[in-house]
Amino acid sequence: MALQSQQPAPGAPSVASAVPRPKANKVSALLHRSPRLRLAGLITAPAGWLVLVYIAALAALLITAFWTVDTFTGKVSTAWTTDNLVTVVTDPVYQRITLRTLWIAFAVTVIDLILALPMAFFIAKVASARWQKLLVVAVLMPLWASYLVKAYAWRNVLADGGLLEWLGAPLGLQSPGYSETAVILTLSYIWLPFMILPIYAGFDRVPDSLLEASSDLGAKPLATVRLVVFPLLVPSIIAGTIFTFSLSLGDYITAQIVGGTTQMLGTVVYANVGAANNLPFAAAVSLVPIAIITLYLFIVRRTGALNSL
Amino acid sequence: MRLSRSAKVILGVVTVLVFLFIYGPLLLVVVNSFNADRTFGWPPRGLTLEWWGRAFDSSGVREALVSSLWVAAVSTIISLVLGTLLALALLRYKFFGRDVISLLVILPIALPGIVTGIALNNMFTTILGVSLSLWTVVIAHATFCMVTVFNNVIARLRRMQGGLEEASADLGAGVFTTFRLVTFPQLRSALLAGGLLAFALSFDEIIVTTFTIGAGDTTLPIWILQNLFRPNQAPVVNVVAVVLIVVSIVPIWLAQRLSEDSVGIGAVRVKGSKG
Repeated sequence: MALQSQQPAPGAPSVASAVPRPKANKVSALLHRSPRLRLAGLITAPAGWLVLVYIAALAALLITAFWTVDTFTGKVSTAWTTDNLVTVVTDPVYQRITLRTLWIAFAVTVIDLILALPMAFFIAKVASARWQKLLVVAVLMPLWASYLVKAYAWRNVLADGGLLEWLGAPLGLQSPGYSETAVILTLSYIWLPFMILPIYAGFDRVPDSLLEASSDLGAKPLATVRLVVFPLLVPSIIAGTIFTFSLSLGDYITAQIVGGTTQMLGTVVYANVGAANNLPFAAAVSLVPIAIITLYLFIVRRTGALNSL
Repeated sequence: MRLSRSAKVILGVVTVLVFLFIYGPLLLVVVNSFNADRTFGWPPRGLTLEWWGRAFDSSGVREALVSSLWVAAVSTIISLVLGTLLALALLRYKFFGRDVISLLVILPIALPGIVTGIALNNMFTTILGVSLSLWTVVIAHATFCMVTVFNNVIARLRRMQGGLEEASADLGAGVFTTFRLVTFPQLRSALLAGGLLAFALSFDEIIVTTFTIGAGDTTLPIWILQNLFRPNQAPVVNVVAVVLIVVSIVPIWLAQRLSEDSVGIGAVRVKGSKG
């Protein structure tokens, strides 16, 4: 339509010369005749990139986890061994770090859920249409402010003599300082929008007529929430927990910035890539979060949550 | 469902409190960038513009900024091309392995950033023996930025009418001409939105960058991380952080306005790569 309604400007080339005939371009004609060639032309570069760069890297990571580093030369030795994996699974140090990381990810997920549910409900079902748009943007904006800046903001908040201490003083509360609690607080802060948005979208998809029908049939608001809203919301909630859980599991920068001496799985991976120069061991440790997330995705797969990601 | 007035008020108050929780710390960074006291005690005892001046004079910040802009620009261009090709292929054709590839494009952002980071680091240094540089950062960023372009383009393609392209072909336009004159103009705003998101994503990325950057190079997030723990530099870091907050919000706000496709969950999912 747009093409037909375009009036050639005075002095511009006529439409006939702007649209070359097929014979003028052999490649174009060949592509026109063969859908297979067209597909090959489209898919080769992006699929090649993803397979050669990313899948190859993941496969190599898995293989590297079975290699070792020669302690004298610091070079990677390609002799196969399961030592790294056995150490990660059986050494009490790494067991403790794995459990702590799991605890942090779990706590972050629960805190975000508690904060996100009432807020998402308010934005989707109580606020007027105009406010709804504004509030969604207000949730989205800090989502895009740098992760690093947000972790750093909390370093400011938690600083000695900083805002949190000042706020807590009249109430007799102490700032947690740089600690595991600080890591949980900061990660909850950073990932909160990732919980609010899917749950908001879930509430938004629940039709108002359904809520009215429930109340017409005599259900009190709490009963409506429990019997009508909640079952429809489960996939969105799980989608939110996938983000908060998986993102916390791989974190190490927040732990560095506000965690004091708190060690997480990510910290171990980072230390072994850099200072310890032991890539095979780092690879073996990184398989732990991959395994946990894969397991979690496998468990929640049936809820349909993966489609609402 | 008729909520009582008090229930609505309580929900409203909770929402306001959560927003205070979201914006409070960011505002504190802004205030501290003017705080005369370099330990960031609260309340600030005096205000100063000194840190802003020092930040603008810092050659380290300037070099890091230039690297960040260059990496983000090149990654965006690569992901624009690859993401568009992939979206066209996956939406227009049914073929063996299509589902696998649509999963593949999401994988770099579905797995934690540290996995992407160490996988690429390991491939570059151990397997290929390539030395790390800004180019290896570009390769890493393009891999996970591709999905932002892909998501935007495929959402737009779903809403486009195929009839226009058929009409163009019937009228004798070749494959390339049809793309240039019919398909591309309809995709333009989706490409712009996807490109802006990709740019912002690359500009802010820290974890994957840490694992793929060469020893002598810095991007802005790397510079922040390196200077965060130096008492003398911390006030300057505040200034850079404020600039980053502003700089990263502008393209996102623009992208939101340009494309209704990029709102909400798509954006969240994309942002998921950053952990």
